[in-house]
Parts: sequence; C-alpha cells; structure tokens
Amino acid sequence: MVDLWQGLSQAFWLVVTLDAELTEIALRSLQVTFTALALACLIAMPLAAFLAVRRFRFRRTVIAVLNALMGLPPVVVGLVVYVLLSRSGPLGVLGLLFTPTAMIIAQMIIIVPLIASIAHQSLRDLWAEYHDLLISMNVTQGQKIRTLLWDARRALLTAALAGFGRGIGEVGAIMIVGGNIDNVTRVLTTAIALETGKGEFALALALGFVLIALTILVNLLIHWIGQTEREGRW
Amino acid sequence: MSSLFPMQVRGAATRRRGKRLVGPVDMDWDGQGTRVVLGPNGSGKTTLLRLLHGIARLHEGQITWACGTEPARHAQAFVFQRPVMLRRSVVENLMYPLTLRGVSKDKARGQAETWAVKVGLGDHLSRPAPVLSGGEQQKLAIARALIGGPELVFLDEPTASLDGRATREIEGILQDAVASGTRLILATHDMGQARRLAQDVVFLLHGRVHESGPAEGFFDAPRTAEARAFLKGDIVE
Repeated sequence: MVDLWQGLSQAFWLVVTLDAELTEIALRSLQVTFTALALACLIAMPLAAFLAVRRFRFRRTVIAVLNALMGLPPVVVGLVVYVLLSRSGPLGVLGLLFTPTAMIIAQMIIIVPLIASIAHQSLRDLWAEYHDLLISMNVTQGQKIRTLLWDARRALLTAALAGFGRGIGEVGAIMIVGGNIDNVTRVLTTAIALETGKGEFALALALGFVLIALTILVNLLIHWIGQTEREGRW
Repeated sequence: MSSLFPMQVRGAATRRRGKRLVGPVDMDWDGQGTRVVLGPNGSGKTTLLRLLHGIARLHEGQITWACGTEPARHAQAFVFQRPVMLRRSVVENLMYPLTLRGVSKDKARGQAETWAVKVGLGDHLSRPAPVLSGGEQQKLAIARALIGGPELVFLDEPTASLDGRATREIEGILQDAVASGTRLILATHDMGQARRLAQDVVFLLHGRVHESGPAEGFFDAPRTAEARAFLKGDIVE
C-alpha cells in the first residue's frame, strides 16, 4: 500500500517536473505505438473491408484465422521477428534488430489481426445494410470498399483505439526485439519491467501510472477529435 | 430517344435454395409512362423488380434491353421499400451517385442542393440522413435515385407505411419525374396509388404474370377471376 502511494506521488512529481528521462521514454512509447498503429490500420482496414464485400473460397477460414490471431502471443511474435532480423536471419542485413523500427514491426504484427477483426465486424454489418443499394448503383469493388471505410469511420476509430491499447501496453515482443536499451529502445513498458526487476517498485508504479494516464488521455483526445459521442453522429 | 426500350423478358426466373421465387415470366414493354406491378402478398412483386434490375440473379430465361445489359444497368435506379440511408448527411447522400460517376464535388453539391429543395428537404441539408423521418428518408431515397437522370426507376412499395401527406408528396415527385421523361416500374399494395399512377398494369400471382395490360382495362374490366377478386379486396391464394 505504501508503495502504491509512493508510486502515485512519484508519478505526480515526475510529470509536474517534466522529468527529462520520463519525457523521452514516454515520447518514444507514443512514437513507436502510433507508427505501428498507422501502418497496421493501413493494412487491417482495407483487408477488413475486402473480407466484408468479397466472396471467395476459404473466406470464412481466413476470417476465422484472423480472429484466432487476435490472441497471438506477443512473446512468440517477438521471437519470430527476432529470428528474422537477427544477423544470421533472412533480414539481418537490414540491421534493424534492437532499433525502434524492429519494435514497430513487432507491434504492427500483433495489432493487425486485432484491428482487422474488430473492423471486419463493423464493416460486415454495414455491408449487410448497404448491399442492395450499392449493387443497384453499380458501384465498383474499390468504391464499395472506400464507401464502407468512410461511412464506418467512427466504428473503425474504436478498432484503432483497441489496437492502440494493445500496442502501448505491449512488453514481451518489444523487449525481445528492442532490447530495452537506454536512450535507444527503452519505452514505458520495458522501463517498468526493468524497474520491477531491480526492486524499484515505487518508480515502476510511477511509470505505470504515467502509462495509464497517457493511454486515457490519447483515447479521450481521439474520441474528441472523432466526435464519436456527438448527437446524431455515428 | 429511348435507349433502354423496348424491353423483352422471356422465361425469366430466379430461385433461392432450389425453390423458384419468380417465373417463368414473359413480358414486353415499350417504356411508356408508368408500369405498376400488383399482386397479393408473396406473389413476387419485389423479386420481379429485383430480377429486372439485376439485383436478384437470373437463373433461367433472359431479360433484354435495347441498349444491352451493362449500359441498361447504368440507366436505371432502384428505390427500396425500406429506404437505405448512407451514414452521411442529406446533401452527401444526394451527392453520392454523382461523385461515383466522377462529377466534381462542387458541381455535385450544387445539384444535390437543388434536388434537396425540390423534394422539400432544403432545410435539412446537413442533417444525418438516418435520423430523418420515414417520409423524409423515402423522399431522399427517391431524389437520390433521380438525381443521376436515370431513364427508368424501379420503386418497391415506395409509400408503404407512410401517412397520406408523405404519400401525396412522393407521388407528386414521381409524377414530375414521369413528366420529365423518366419511366417508372412500381410495385404497390395501394390500389388507389395504382389507379393514380399506372399507365399499364402487371398482375402477378404465384410468381408469374397472371394478367397484364393497360391500366384502364385492368381496373374496369379485369379478364381473370383472380384479378377481379383481388380488385374487389378478396383474399387471393
């Protein structure tokens, strides 16, 4: 209990005094997660829309696999990315291991299925609603996908927020591929793991509280920008 | 000069799970004015409209338009019984079919605003379409169908469950469209509406054309016992 209070008060002072190290770590966390999120959205959302509008063989299987991959163990993802990017691996020549780029790749792999699955559910419902209208309007496959993505944009924001939540809280994979190197790949979650390991519970808790506050803040900000709660909107 | 007509339907049928829903249907139309499709519940009115427009799959027979199937699809529009509203504002709903055809945004907005005023939705331009009343949604759906200048519009019970005022407004919009050269194929339950709008009538029973001909003849002297019973208001099975 004492640790909790100490953690809270330390978190407060770290934020109030704009602690340089905390700021750097927090900014890196946001940079890595937002980049991974943007790339994941670029892949997952068109994929979800495609799966909603296009009928093809094994479509249900693809959807089932995508849903199953939502529970992808991050440590395994980290391990696979590590093997691919390590010097002896097929992509070792790129020299990406223990860089923020490697962390972005790992996070992206973890959150693509999550965003695609959630987005697919929303887009599938919207497609059921729009199907006859768009068919009657002779809309092309590309136009269908664009229409669905635009009209479901607020539901898709929820999918993106779920991806953000998963990404910013991720520790296992990015610890493996990032290495938790000070000033290079240390982010909030790996810093928490490090401080906990050192027995610095108060500091670990402080970082934890900062992480939670940051997550809530980003969610509120995105909701506000997206005006998801405005009356008469979707 | 009409490009769609004459239209010919020969032995057209559609099935679902092996069961024939409509057909075989034979029908010709030179595209004069408004054709009304009548028939009891379950007779296949909606399915016939969907089949003619190409939303329902043609399993047997053929439907021939003078200009060919693909150009014909682009010269038609469909208004559903339950209007489908895009999750956009009124003006964006009206702009949608125009932007699909590559009309510039400014031009599309101008036309959309003109049509919104024409159908009495001028005060609702930026309102989200799904929150409009049923009558307003149907007017918007009809305006959205007409805005691209289709040669033929299919309307599936466009005034079902609407009040008298909304029905009158919608019929006014449809009559204006016909006056400007648009042809309509309209399925309805409303016998009064059929009498007001029809130039000719197709009476469907069990998914087949049971009787067809000019509206006056059909309403004044139906040839078949089933059509007579239907017009009398009897239950037709």
